Amino acid sequence: MARYALMSIGRFVLLMLAVSIVVFLLVSASPVDPVSANVGQAALANMTEEKRAALEAHWGAGVPVHERYLSWVSGLLAGDAGTSLKYNAPVSQVISERALNSLALMSASWVASGLLGFALGVAAGTHRGSWIDRITKAYCFLLAASPTFWIALLLLIVFGVALGWFPIGFAQPIGKAAADVTFADALHHMVLPAITLSLVGVANVALHTREKTIDVMGSPYMRFALARGESKLEAVRRHGLRNLCVPAITIQFAQISEIFGGSVLVEQVFSYPGLGQAAVAAGIGGDVALLAGIALVSAALVFGGNLVANILHGVLDPRVRLGGAHG
Amino acid sequence: MAERIANALHLPVGSGLSNRKATFLTVVLGSALLICIVIAGAALTSSAMHTDLAQKNLPPTFAHPFGTDWLGRDMLTRTLAGLSLSILVGLIAALASSVIALVLGTFAAIGGKRADAVISWLTDLMMGIPHIVLLILISFALGKGFWGVTIGVALTHWPTLARVIRAEVRGLKGSGFIAASSRLGVSRLRIVRDHMLPYVLPQFLVGLILMFPHAILHEAAITFLGFGLPPEQPAIGIILSESMAYLSSGMWWLAVFPGIALIATIMLFDAVGSGIRKAADPMSSQE
Repeated sequence: MARYALMSIGRFVLLMLAVSIVVFLLVSASPVDPVSANVGQAALANMTEEKRAALEAHWGAGVPVHERYLSWVSGLLAGDAGTSLKYNAPVSQVISERALNSLALMSASWVASGLLGFALGVAAGTHRGSWIDRITKAYCFLLAASPTFWIALLLLIVFGVALGWFPIGFAQPIGKAAADVTFADALHHMVLPAITLSLVGVANVALHTREKTIDVMGSPYMRFALARGESKLEAVRRHGLRNLCVPAITIQFAQISEIFGGSVLVEQVFSYPGLGQAAVAAGIGGDVALLAGIALVSAALVFGGNLVANILHGVLDPRVRLGGAHG
Repeated sequence: MAERIANALHLPVGSGLSNRKATFLTVVLGSALLICIVIAGAALTSSAMHTDLAQKNLPPTFAHPFGTDWLGRDMLTRTLAGLSLSILVGLIAALASSVIALVLGTFAAIGGKRADAVISWLTDLMMGIPHIVLLILISFALGKGFWGVTIGVALTHWPTLARVIRAEVRGLKGSGFIAASSRLGVSRLRIVRDHMLPYVLPQFLVGLILMFPHAILHEAAITFLGFGLPPEQPAIGIILSESMAYLSSGMWWLAVFPGIALIATIMLFDAVGSGIRKAADPMSSQE
């Protein structure tokens, strides 16, 4: 167990190191000139040569890449991820404020899509060839071909504009003081984005669970249970669910990467102030420090998801125990 | 037509036509339709910019099946032009990405333990950052635009296919005809070129075609976010992101029809790809 923990930490450090190098190289390769991007055209034209040089020196424009990387990483390790130029605040502060919104949105839709997908998968797998199976399959394939942001737009048109049930954007009512925003307000604004993400996230779990259910239904122990006179429902509940849980949970944790990607698009459509929207704003506005920070956070989130999936796999499935002791 | 829809939706196929013929028909008709979209879109690109302020903000009518936008541009024309642009980006990106996958997958399988470890670590790294975030970063690094999004998509989509090819080539390594030629003193490079590549070619082609839908979807997404194709081009992502400003005034057709057209295109690609896979795989070709 200790060995596994140590190895995981080692892998995490190595991965974050690699991700930070890749992210840094990509970000610093950008042709966007930080001086001209952040000063404004008029101000830049009016500036004297000395002033411009002083500004460039202040922002470290001429420093070689590896020195800049080292100073960034040592800052990161000390808890300083730099300053967001767009929001004029420390990157760590911007990220932590927005992470709350994003995590609420993502975890709600992550749970919802997992449960819905699992239920659909089991129902489709146990009733193979029936209408529910066909509808589930058609739905999943249709969904796999649909852009997430278009589904978001569609829900926005139907429920936001035409029916007016839900607000068309943001995380709280416009023109209301932050102190007056109730939990119900926040929830009301989160519904449409969360539904979009859940609808999109269902496909993967549902299809995998369906396959696995078909396998399980054909297995000798299931046939024996049925032959003993258990009803299909009973047999699935007693002997199937635990088996079916394992791949579903693994997939759902591995799905975090997809959910994060989806949340970027969905937040953009609904102007929902989360990490994804900040990443897009940072990328458009050339806010390098914020973009790099969010990329690191997303990588850490994905790694965490995979790690939890591995650990849970061992807990749920006695055949796969950590440390390689196979029984 | 009905056959193809039935296939795409996994409905039971009518008994009048054998499955093999249906597959063949799907592939031919699907490819023909896709080629039509590309040609029509390319021909219409200039008229997609044509503005007619006398006909602005029209809901769908017979003359303008997809409606018109706030500048009086015909949405059907714009959608077709956008689709052909998306298919072009998807084509270039998927081709480049599958070549990367082929090279890395083969190299991982035959390059020894160390090469395998490095490439599998690289794959993990690629999968470790959410696709969209990585695409934003690459696009940002390359200064956005056509090449930003194309290279971004090409650099992010190879891992799955690379794994398939690695497994395939590894399986080949133990087979008799490879052992025979290596005993005969044929160089490793020649074995790869003459004996392994032809063997993995069907897998590779299928992987390539099934990569298109992903490539197109990601191109549209990244363009929608503002990192892809420039706003003056009639790309699907641009059309949809522009439509957002007009949705609250009830102009639903700006978003709905281009989206449906995009989904239909992607499902066509998928149907063609699955059809070719079925036909190429000896296990299912007779079904």
